[in-house]
Amino acid sequence: MRTPKAKPRGPVAPRSVLHFQIILLLGIFVAWWGLVKLDIIPQFFFGDPVGVMQRLIKWFVTGSIWTHLINTLIETMLGFVIGTVSGLVCGLWLALNPMLARVFDPFIKAANSMPRLIFAPIFALWFGLGIWSKVALGVTLVFFVVFFNVFQGVREVSPVVLANVRLMGANRRQLMRWVYLPSATSWVFSSLHNAVGLAFVGAVIGEYLGSARGVGYLILQAEGVFDINSVIAGILLLTVFALLLDIVVSRVEVRLLRWQAPVQAQTVQAQTVKTPAGQVQAVQA
Amino acid sequence: MTITMSSTLRPPPSKVAPLAAVELKNVTCQFAGSGGGTYTAVSDVDLRIEDAEFVAVVGPTGCGKSTLLNVASGLLEPSSGDVLVFGKPLSGLNRQSAYLFQADALMPWRTALDNIAAGLLFRNMRKAEAEAQARDWLARVGLRAHADRYPHQMSGGMRKRVALAQALILDPPILLMDEPFSALDIQTRQLMEDELLQLWSVNRKSVIFVTHDLEEAISLADRVVVLAAGPGTRPVAEFNITLPRPREVSEIRMTQEFLELHTAIWQVLKKEVLKSHAHAQG
Ligand SMILES: Nc1ncnc2c1ncn2[C@@H]1O[C@H](COP(=O)(O)OP(=O)(O)OP(=O)(O)O)[C@@H](O)[C@H]1O
Ligand SMILES: [Mg+2]
Repeated sequence: MRTPKAKPRGPVAPRSVLHFQIILLLGIFVAWWGLVKLDIIPQFFFGDPVGVMQRLIKWFVTGSIWTHLINTLIETMLGFVIGTVSGLVCGLWLALNPMLARVFDPFIKAANSMPRLIFAPIFALWFGLGIWSKVALGVTLVFFVVFFNVFQGVREVSPVVLANVRLMGANRRQLMRWVYLPSATSWVFSSLHNAVGLAFVGAVIGEYLGSARGVGYLILQAEGVFDINSVIAGILLLTVFALLLDIVVSRVEVRLLRWQAPVQAQTVQAQTVKTPAGQVQAVQA
Repeated sequence: MTITMSSTLRPPPSKVAPLAAVELKNVTCQFAGSGGGTYTAVSDVDLRIEDAEFVAVVGPTGCGKSTLLNVASGLLEPSSGDVLVFGKPLSGLNRQSAYLFQADALMPWRTALDNIAAGLLFRNMRKAEAEAQARDWLARVGLRAHADRYPHQMSGGMRKRVALAQALILDPPILLMDEPFSALDIQTRQLMEDELLQLWSVNRKSVIFVTHDLEEAISLADRVVVLAAGPGTRPVAEFNITLPRPREVSEIRMTQEFLELHTAIWQVLKKEVLKSHAHAQG
């Protein structure tokens, strides 16, 4: 579990960070391409970047990818949303009922330590081969991450703030809205970054084990004919979409957690970048 | 002017005594100690705060001042003893009081304005009206321009002022203040003290004002209660402050009467501070 606020802002200006990242990415592709071309690693098992790109382009040009991609994204989103909401509700509920929390404690720990991917075939039996068995898998993965973070978040509420708000006359519902939820939010968001990845895992593994469409299904088909480029193309595609979803989460996080002090307070001066012309330009934080 | 110091702390209960705002009777607070035993922070405290009286409580650090306020606010149930609020035994939270905590107690996820308006909204006031009142209070504590700041964007002194407005906006008959100004610099502090006196003179609440600053205690209060060093603290002396009101804290500190009071109280307090220090050294 990540702790909230774990977002150190280094002294490096954001733009040069981006430069480094792009260079690193290109470097990886060039190294991969070079190693394959020089036959240091076998192309049969590792594919090659150019072939992967061609495959991706073909998928999008013919439009054959859309049905798979949309299917996977729907499963992921459903797993993500249902898992998050149920984790949030259960986490709040149990955290505010210590008695219940104690009763449920061993059960929750047991359920969490179970290797839940094993349930994929069972879910296929229960929910069929459509999207719902994949959603169910995603939910079981996402739920616990969110649940434990919310639970922790509620426990971490500052007792002084809580006492103060209670003395100001807040009732239970108001306490929830004014204290518990906002206090848990930072914990929820730190868990959501993990949850995005897990929702994808649930969807793709579910598809991999039995389905008629989806990116996981595509990868399985490609593996069946040793089409390694398609496998890698599928994985890359999933990665990109997981990243995009993570960016969306980060955006929402920034909006909702405006009240949080950055780990290291920064002045406006520190957030400026010197442009080559020597002018100082403010950068949007 | 006379310095009255009573060693038996409470006047004998007269039959027609008006209801005290807060009355602690035989209050004892024990905490679980570190080594499995119990630590008696407060023992057999009798304390009476009259309606519209300003009482300052001083005592060595760690003696149990915050503990007493927690008891008076209903946040902490004493191990034994009774708490009466306007004559009624206190059960649960003290709804007649507002509490300014020693530690930061603002909601970090709400702006200054929202923090101040919160109590009114809890009382189901309409949002527009609550915000209008909150703005008014924001101006009164000198933060008109900072309505939209979050606590982390304010200085310690600004946060204290928001907390003061947050407490006073509810207009409670009892005000519990735990070293509210100790984090402020001298100048701001005197401004705030004057401000507090001014607000109090307009609308006399019963105040328990905990502080470790004797000058502050004398310049603000009607009565100064000195607590003994812990463990098992209890009031050892109390002094009626007969300085005339209205007072201006920076000026009143120069007067002869003030100095005499200060000397007299300090003699008592110093003994307790030294005891506390010796105790802490083991
Ligand atoms: N919840 C608690 N558990 C155990 N001990 C406690 C607890 N609260 C207070 N104490 C102890 O009771 C004593 C009195 O604490 P209190 O906070 O009331 O002191 P104080 O007079 O307010 O000190 P200061 O001036 O430093 O704020 C201290 O020795 C403290 O260690
Ligand atoms: Mg204290």
